Amino acid sequence: MVEESDHHHHNAPLSEIEERVKKLEALLIEKQLVNPETLDKLVDTYEHRVGPKNGARVVARAWVDSAYRKRLLVDATAAIAELGYGGRQGEHMVCVENTPLVHNMVVCTLCSCYPWPVLGLPPAWYKASSYRARAVSEPRSVLDEFGVSVNEDTDVRVWDSTAEIRYLVLPMQPNNTGHLSEEALADLVSRDSMIGVALAGLPLEPTL
Amino acid sequence: MNGAHDLGGNHGYTKIDSSQTENFVESWEQKVFGLTLACGMLGKWNLDQSRFARERCDPAEYLSSTYYEHWLHGLELLLVERGVVTEEELRSGVSNGVTDLHSVAPEKLDGVLSTGAPTVLKQDSNRLFSVGDHVVVVNNNPQSHTRAPRYVRGRVGKVISHHGAHIFADEHSASGNKSAEHLYGVRFESSELWGEGEADNSAVFLDLFEPYLISLNQSLIQMAAKCKGRE
Repeated sequence: MVEESDHHHHNAPLSEIEERVKKLEALLIEKQLVNPETLDKLVDTYEHRVGPKNGARVVARAWVDSAYRKRLLVDATAAIAELGYGGRQGEHMVCVENTPLVHNMVVCTLCSCYPWPVLGLPPAWYKASSYRARAVSEPRSVLDEFGVSVNEDTDVRVWDSTAEIRYLVLPMQPNNTGHLSEEALADLVSRDSMIGVALAGLPLEPTL
Repeated sequence: MNGAHDLGGNHGYTKIDSSQTENFVESWEQKVFGLTLACGMLGKWNLDQSRFARERCDPAEYLSSTYYEHWLHGLELLLVERGVVTEEELRSGVSNGVTDLHSVAPEKLDGVLSTGAPTVLKQDSNRLFSVGDHVVVVNNNPQSHTRAPRYVRGRVGKVISHHGAHIFADEHSASGNKSAEHLYGVRFESSELWGEGEADNSAVFLDLFEPYLISLNQSLIQMAAKCKGRE
């Protein structure tokens, strides 16, 4: 989350774009086109309430409950709704399953389509030109950069979200985790593993 | 449109900076996100028109600006185009007065977000393709909004699923009409898209509307007829 104070110390002049946005916000509020409380609530919803913890719950449930897993792979929208998630940018969900023979990853080459109800808003790298350009044409190199080495014989499947279908990757359950509770398993499921650029159970971000 | 946004397969990009894990990098971006969603709820444009507004940008500018700069550009463009605010208001920041449009109240927001905007429509017409069919993406180059990226046009793929009929993005952007077209999941082998050297057990899957597709047989017949015409 971005704290106002991270970027602005007292009396620091606003940049050109900050001025432009501030002016636009004030104009839209004055014209009663935007309700300031609605504006704050929108940002708060996607900053704090909706995020990859939702998707992790879906994945952990699928790992412990084979009937749920089956429902998730047949009709992901309905299965995800069972856990209470759905709505904007997750109206039509498809879940794709990673196996030792198939590795799935998701991109949107044309814009930034992403399953908001289960993953929240996309990380900046997902929206950056480099990922959008390269994920479809050199997925193995991209995976290497994320520290994921996929077996030569494994089929790499890249899902380019070109319509209103949104994709969730069901990562493989890490070895030796069969004894863990559903909650403990959910902690192993990173956002990146549900985009398909990480494996579950491995650190999400490189340690600095 | 063949804009700078259509990035799939482009070269020259450097390593992905996976340390950029936040959605909002700067605090003004949160405002742009919130304003874009809130203004979208005024009902003066739809999501495909919003995407098209972000695409309608000078290519050099698109590529050198950040993601939420694209959103800001798109929002300002739509506000003026739809007559919600005037150029003068946008420039000066001074309001001419209120409009007959109504903002979404905070207590209504959760309902709006949880409903979303489903795009499935009833479509009575028979679909042209079945799972397993080989199809070719039509080589159209519309100046308007489309969701068939350049890197699949003219390429052969295989239908792997039928998602039902959905709002056709191209028409939805052009006229605002919700016309139903069948939507298919189509698999393209990497070797088909990028050349035989790239046959490294990978494939790319896209969701493509029926008007983007023609059967492989039909495509071969058309090609043969064209060649004959040139003899």
